[in-house]
This record gives sequence, structure tokens and C-alpha cells, in this order.
Amino acid sequence: MRDKRQNRIRLCFLLLAVLVLLLGVLNLVTGSTSIGAGELCRALFSGERDGSAGRILWNIRLPRLLAAAVLGGALAVSGFLLQTFFANPIAGPFVLGISSGAKLTVALAMIACLGRGMVMNSWGMIGAAFLGALLVMGFVLLAAGRTRGMARLIVCGVMIGYICSAVTDFAVTFADDSNIVNLHYWSMGSFAGVSWEALGTASLAVFVSLACCVLLIKPMTAWQLGEGYAKSMGVNLRRFRLALIGLSSLLSACVTAFAGPISFVGIAVPQLMKLLFKTAKPAVMLPACFLGGAGFCLGCDLLARTLFAPTELAIGSVTAVFGAPVVIWMLLHRDREARA
Amino acid sequence: MSELLYTDKLSVGYGEKSVVRDIALAAKPGQVLCLIGPNGAGKSTLLKTLMGALPPTGGAVYLDGRQLRAYQEQELARISSAVLTARPEPELMSAEEVVAVGRYPYTGRLGILTEEDRRIVRESMEKVGVSDLAETDFSLLSDGQRQRVLLARALCQQPRLLILDEPTSFLDIHHKLDFLQLIRELVGGGGLAVVMSMHELELAQRFADVLLCIRGGRVDRMGNPEEIFSGSYIEQLYAIKNGSYDSLAGTAEGPRAEGAPRVFVIGGGGSGISLYRKLRRLGIPFAVGVLPENDLDLPTARALAAVVITDRANEPVSAAKVNEAMEVLKSCERVVCTTSFGSVNLENRRLLEYAKAHNMLINVNEIE
Repeated sequence: MRDKRQNRIRLCFLLLAVLVLLLGVLNLVTGSTSIGAGELCRALFSGERDGSAGRILWNIRLPRLLAAAVLGGALAVSGFLLQTFFANPIAGPFVLGISSGAKLTVALAMIACLGRGMVMNSWGMIGAAFLGALLVMGFVLLAAGRTRGMARLIVCGVMIGYICSAVTDFAVTFADDSNIVNLHYWSMGSFAGVSWEALGTASLAVFVSLACCVLLIKPMTAWQLGEGYAKSMGVNLRRFRLALIGLSSLLSACVTAFAGPISFVGIAVPQLMKLLFKTAKPAVMLPACFLGGAGFCLGCDLLARTLFAPTELAIGSVTAVFGAPVVIWMLLHRDREARA
Repeated sequence: MSELLYTDKLSVGYGEKSVVRDIALAAKPGQVLCLIGPNGAGKSTLLKTLMGALPPTGGAVYLDGRQLRAYQEQELARISSAVLTARPEPELMSAEEVVAVGRYPYTGRLGILTEEDRRIVRESMEKVGVSDLAETDFSLLSDGQRQRVLLARALCQQPRLLILDEPTSFLDIHHKLDFLQLIRELVGGGGLAVVMSMHELELAQRFADVLLCIRGGRVDRMGNPEEIFSGSYIEQLYAIKNGSYDSLAGTAEGPRAEGAPRVFVIGGGGSGISLYRKLRRLGIPFAVGVLPENDLDLPTARALAAVVITDRANEPVSAAKVNEAMEVLKSCERVVCTTSFGSVNLENRRLLEYAKAHNMLINVNEIE
């Protein structure tokens, strides 16, 4: 029986990996300019960046698809951490207002920098986003109190999210700078225009966070039985809470800093992965969510780029179209199960 | 046997506020120490303090000769484990996975189970008889099965002290008995000390070695069941006003129907007990007689009847007592006889004959 489960898990991982690879290749070969496969391969493997194919590949498509994969994965893992922490299936960085908080502080920081004629580097962006994420997280924790009530937590988060978004809109509207066009575009959410430098920084932050998450696997498993049991088994609750909140905030901050707020990935992907793998074990879910998030965002970005080409859709709209039904289905399913 | 766990002038509570003060308790290996007392007395608070989840508001807890707060978290979790009142709702976890979480204090940083860990998980499940549930999803288990799985999880920590907070509260009587018998078997090995809280007094009386009674912010009494369940102490402990508790039998009765008796019951030998309860339920004051002092009917009759006429134990009922009963019977409207007659209660037959002669006798079923 255990072998059967293990086999299922292996098979699912294989499936996911193939899916991510496939979507990656699709992202690479599709775009507004059609480039032949042979030309693409040459540009890719020769590392030549000067020709038109090389420029499109190295400056536009490759960084964009890598950003979608890494940041999408980070978002899904952040969602999984939050869902486990709050024992709440619809917790996630967007629903809890964390993404919006990060968006607000990044927008404010960008406006402040632009006003002084400076350009913020990518670490500055992550720092600003992290600060915003932590502030909102702290506020949500305070507001939701010690209750594990699902509704109260979510309502608090959604309201805080609206407030942050509104303030961001004010700031963007009244900031006077030509660069505000970029800011507006960013605040809608997009994987476009992530530079190699930004991608490097984001990847470093994401992968270091993920490595730290691996150390949380053990206490998270104990935490799934509830706070009291975790404590009775020797989990240092204070350290665990701080680490988990810090890491989930950092992961979603990285995403918001470079791609803006992206909704529903954080809720939907962990749910889909639990469904696929039939387990909620952190040791399985952590890599699964990362792969799943990467695949989900690659797929959504592909659609955002190609569906109404040359017009591009905001990535958040596409993720919502695919993510929201998952959440609705999950809530209905849960109700049915509770009644049974 | 020396104490594994003891407390010194321990006060427990939340923040600055003590709920129970000056607790001196000791738990020995091979024994079940059971906390009883009214709701809100502080049993759970004390248990939380004993398991180290709550700092004492005063005094100290000693485990294996060392102060509890001197222990590292994981070190403590290797000696002491718990089954809590909180009902875990883990997502998509099999019973075996829940049990395996109990290996937490023994595994490395990544929590990977060794063969040895897996063996202990299997053994723990065998001990509590849930091996066949290993693959079942925890959320699909019945309350009885859950509680056993959680006990197996606690055993997985290989504890010397097991703390159980109202472990039987959600179980039906069958599973209550099973669970408590299991605890007795575990303790029977001699290596394990159990501290638990319970609301089922009659079961605490039967399964605990030592009882600790908490009331009004202090330990009211500590002793073995024979000492605690004597006289009217339990009624005092729980401040029972509406009814009574028979310490010996472990039965609770509602308040008696007061007033002049309207029905006379010629009972005895246990034959009248259900009728006494029925009359009380209907609010009909009644009299009972004549019962020998050692009659099975007597505790219930004493708790519920307006008048009880008794005579010496182990002797035939005397004519004098029956005369006394006759006076009471004459003031009643109806008479019910539930008993048969033998050498001991032969004299009671006079009561029956009088009732028949005066058309007062009715059947048990005629009472409504």
C-alpha cells in the first residue's frame, strides 16, 4: 500500500516535470514574431544574442518564461505555507492581502525613487515588497486574532487587500512622472519586462527561501495536528511561526516586486496538487507546489500572450479565470463532504 | 516506587492569574492519577502546566527529579506525551501518518523516519489495536478509533509520562470501557505513569489508582477511590443541588418529588428501582416500605421517595414497622406492589392485602 502511494507520487512528479518542460518549450517557440524552430535552437545553444532571433529569445522570451516559472512556483509555495499555517484551505497571499500590501509599498518606494530621479535596484524592490507583506501579515494576524475561523481571517485579508489596492491607485494616479506608465502596467501584474538582473535576484531570494522551507517540513507536519499537539511534541512554536510567516511573506514579496500582484495561484495550485498527489504532506507538497505553480503560471502567461495577440492580457486576469473556479469547486466539494 | 512527576507548591493559571493554587501531587509509574472536579475548576489548566505547555504561576513541576522548565523541548517530548481535548482535523492524512508524527522528537532535522521509527509506529498501533486502520484517512475514523489512533501517536513518543485530557468524553460507553481498559493494560507494564482528567465519575472510580479532587481553586482532596467515593463527598465536590449522587453505586438521581406521598410502593430486592425513577419523572411523591437496611432498592428509594420505612438488615421485617408503613399507606391514593414475598418480607404481605381489600392496588403500567 505504501509502495503504491510512493509510486503514485513518483508518477505525479514525472507528469508535472514533463508538463512544465512542455509549457516552457511552448512559451519559447510561440510569440508575436514567428521564429523557426531551427533558428531558435541555434540561438539557444550558440548563446548568440545579436541576431533578431537571438535578441527575442535571450532578451524577451527566456527571461519571461523563467520568471513565470520561478515566481509562479514561489507564489504556490507561499500559498501552501499560509494554508497550512492557518489550517484554512482558501488562505493565500492574495486573499490575505499580502500581495496587495507588497504592491503598495513597492509602488510608494518606486514613486519616491522616481521623484528623486533614481532607479530602484532589484534588492530594493524585494525589500520594499517584503516590508509591505510583513506589515499586512502582522495586521491580519492581529485582526484575525487567535480564532481559526475561516471566514473572519479571509474577510480581514480581503478588506486589507482592498485598502492597500485603493491607496496604491491613489498614489499611482497622483504621481507625476512619465515612468508611471510602467508602474501602472506593473501594478496590473505581468511577467514581461523582468530583466536578467531582476531574475537573478528574484531566483536567489526564492531558492534560498525554499531551502529554508525544507527545514520547516518537519514542524509543519506536526503543526498539521494542531498547535497543542505541535507544542507537546517539542516544536518551538515561536520560532516556527516567525519562520513560516517570514518565508511565506518573502516568497510572495519576490513575486509582487517583479511581476506585480497575481491572484489565485497561491490558493488554487496547492489545492490542485493535494488533489493530484492525494496527500498534504509538506515533504511532497513543497516541491509539488513549486512545480505546479511554475506550470500554472507558464500556461497562464502563454495564454495571456497569445489569446488576443498582439494585445496582451494582464496575467492576474488569466490566473483568476483558471484559479477561481478551482476555489469555488473546492468549497462546494468541502460542503458536500461535511454534510455527508 | 518513586514518583516520576511531582509538584511543589504549584500554582497554575493564565498570565498573572492563578486558577488553582498550592498543588502538591505525585504520579508514580504503574499508576493512573485522575483529576476530577467541576467544570472550570482548572483540570485542563493543571494538565497543560504538567505537560509544559503553560508556565506555572507559582511553584514548580518536577519530572524525573528535574524541574520541568530545565528541559529542552524535544528532550521533554521524549519523556512525556499527551492526548489533548483538541480534535485534530489533518487534511489527507492516514491514521498511520498521524501516528508517525509522534516520532517527531526522535527524528532528524528533516523528519525522515528510519526503519526503527517505522517499527515503533507499527508496534504502537498494534498495542492500541488500530493496525488494521493504518491506511484509512484519519478524518473518516469514528471518535473511538480517532482516540485510539491519537493514543498510538502519544505512545510513539515512547513516553514515561502520559497525559490525557478528558480522553473518553466523546466516546460511547463501549468505547469508554475499551479505552480505559487499554490505559490500565499500558500502565500494567509498570513503566508508564498516567495523569488524566475525567468527567465520568463512576469510571474514574473504577479505573484510577489515585484521585485528585479540584474545587474552588485548590486541591480539595487526594486519595484512592475508596477514600474519595465515600459518604456524600462527591455531592460536596460538585456542589450537587438538583439531585443526588450515590458514591458507592456510581449512579446519579434527579431531585425527589416533594410533598405528601400519593403512591405507596411495596418494593424490595431491586424490583422497585425503575418504578421509583418513573414516579420521580412524573412528579408523583411516593412512599416505600418496608425495606431491610441492606436492600438493593434502598439507595434509589432514599434518593427519590418522600417517605421510606426501613427495618434492620438480615432480619425478617417486623410487625411494628409494617404497622408504621400501614399508616402511611392509608394516606396514599394508590398502592403498587413490585416484589414477591419470602421469609424476610413476609410481613409486608399485610400491606398488599389491605390495598387489595380497599381497591387501592394498581398495576405498574397504570401509572401515568
